[in-house]
Amino acid sequence: MNLSAAVEHSPILPLWQEIVVGGVAFAVLCFVLMKFVFPRMEETFKARVDAIEGGLKRAEDAQSEANKLLEQYKAQLAEARTDAAKIRDDARADAEEIRQEIQARAREESDRIIAAGREQLNAERQQIVRELRAEVGTLAVDLAGRIVGESLSDEARRRGTVDRFLSELESTGSR
Amino acid sequence: MIGQAVALKSDVPFPPEVGDFYLPSIVPWGGLDSLWFTKITALVWVSTALIIVFFLLAYRKPKLVPGKAQWIAESTYGFVRNNIAVEMLGARGVRFAPYLATLLLFIVFNNLWSIVPIAQISPNSHIAFPAFLALISYVLFNYVGIKKFGFRKYMRNSLIPPAPWFVLPILIPIEFFSTFLVRPFSLAVRLFANMFAGHMLLLVFTLGGFAMLQANTALAPISVLSWLMTIALTLLELLVIFLQAYVFTVLTASYIQGAVSEEH
Repeated sequence: MNLSAAVEHSPILPLWQEIVVGGVAFAVLCFVLMKFVFPRMEETFKARVDAIEGGLKRAEDAQSEANKLLEQYKAQLAEARTDAAKIRDDARADAEEIRQEIQARAREESDRIIAAGREQLNAERQQIVRELRAEVGTLAVDLAGRIVGESLSDEARRRGTVDRFLSELESTGSR
Repeated sequence: MIGQAVALKSDVPFPPEVGDFYLPSIVPWGGLDSLWFTKITALVWVSTALIIVFFLLAYRKPKLVPGKAQWIAESTYGFVRNNIAVEMLGARGVRFAPYLATLLLFIVFNNLWSIVPIAQISPNSHIAFPAFLALISYVLFNYVGIKKFGFRKYMRNSLIPPAPWFVLPILIPIEFFSTFLVRPFSLAVRLFANMFAGHMLLLVFTLGGFAMLQANTALAPISVLSWLMTIALTLLELLVIFLQAYVFTVLTASYIQGAVSEEH
C-alpha cells in the first residue's frame, strides 16, 4: 500500500530531511512569533495594566474629591441650618418684643384717648351744667315771678335763692 | 486516508504496519522516495504558516480592549506565560514565555493533524520532529544553567545532591544519567510515541472494520462497532494532542527551572 515501502524505515530513527524541514519551520515560527508577536503582546499587557491602574487611580481620586465635596456641603448645610435656626429664634424674639411694644403703645394710646374723652366729657358737662344753671335760674325766676306776681328784682337775693335751690337739686341728684 | 482508500478496494492491508507512516513524495521531481516533499513535511509547513498568519493577522493592530482574534491570540500566549512560565519559573519565567508559547503552538498544531480529516496523520508521529524539539529544550536548559552558574557550579548543582558522601558514588552516575541522558530522550519519545500510537490505533480500528466486513458480511455489526471505536478514539486523541503538547512545554519549563535554581 505504501509506495515507498521499497525503503525500509525504522520509526525510532529520525530522517535527517525531516529534521531539517522541522528545524527550519520551527526556526521561522520562532523568529516571527518571538520577534513580531509576543513582545508586542507584552507591551499590550503592560499598557493594559497601566490603563487599568490609571483608571483605578483616577476613579479613586474622583471618589475622594467627591467625598471631600460632600463633607464640605454637609458642613455648609449644617452651618446654614444653625444660621436659619438662629435667625428664626431672633425673629421670634424680635416679633415678641415688637408685639409687646405695640401692645404697650396701644394700651397707652387707648388710655390716653379714654382719658382725653373723659376730660372732654367732663368739660362739656361742666359747661352744660354752667349753662343750664344760668338758664334754669333765669327760667325759674321768671316762672316764679309770674306765679308769685311780684318781681324779684333784687339781684342779690335772687341769686342767692337760685343758687341755694340748685345746690339742693344737685345734692338730691347726686344722691 | 491512503489506508482507507485502499481498503475500499478488494485487498484490505491488515494489520497496519510501520510502513503506513511513511508516505510517498507529493511532488514528482526527486522520485517518489524523496523525503523532502511528503505529506508529513507539507503538514509541517502548513501548520507553521497557519500559526504565523493567524498571529500576524490577530496582532496587526493590537488594542487595549481586544477583539475576538486578538483575544484568542493573547489568551494562548497568556496561558503559557502565566500558567506555565511564571508559575514554574517565577518572575524570570516571562523571559522564556515567548519560546515556550511558540513550542506549545508548534506541537499543538502539528499534533492536530492526526484528527483533521484528509490529513489524519501527525508529523509528530515521525520522531524527527519531537527529537529536534527535545534537542532544543536540552540545549536551552543546559545553556541557561551554565550561563547562570558557570560550567563547574552548574555541574555541581546538577550532579551532587545533598546526601551523605558515601552514597554519592551511586547517586552521581544516576543523576548524570537521568538529567543529561534520559531527559531529551524521554521528551522526544513521549510525544512521538503518543502520536504514533494514536495514529496506529485509528488505523487498526478503521482498517479492522473493513477487514472484518470483507472477511465475512455477517461481521458487519462488529465492523460498525469498530468504526464507532474510531470515533471515540478520535475524541481521546484530541485530549492526547493537547495533553502531550502541554506536558512537553511544562517539562521544558521544569528543566529550565531545575537548571537555574540554587538548590538541587
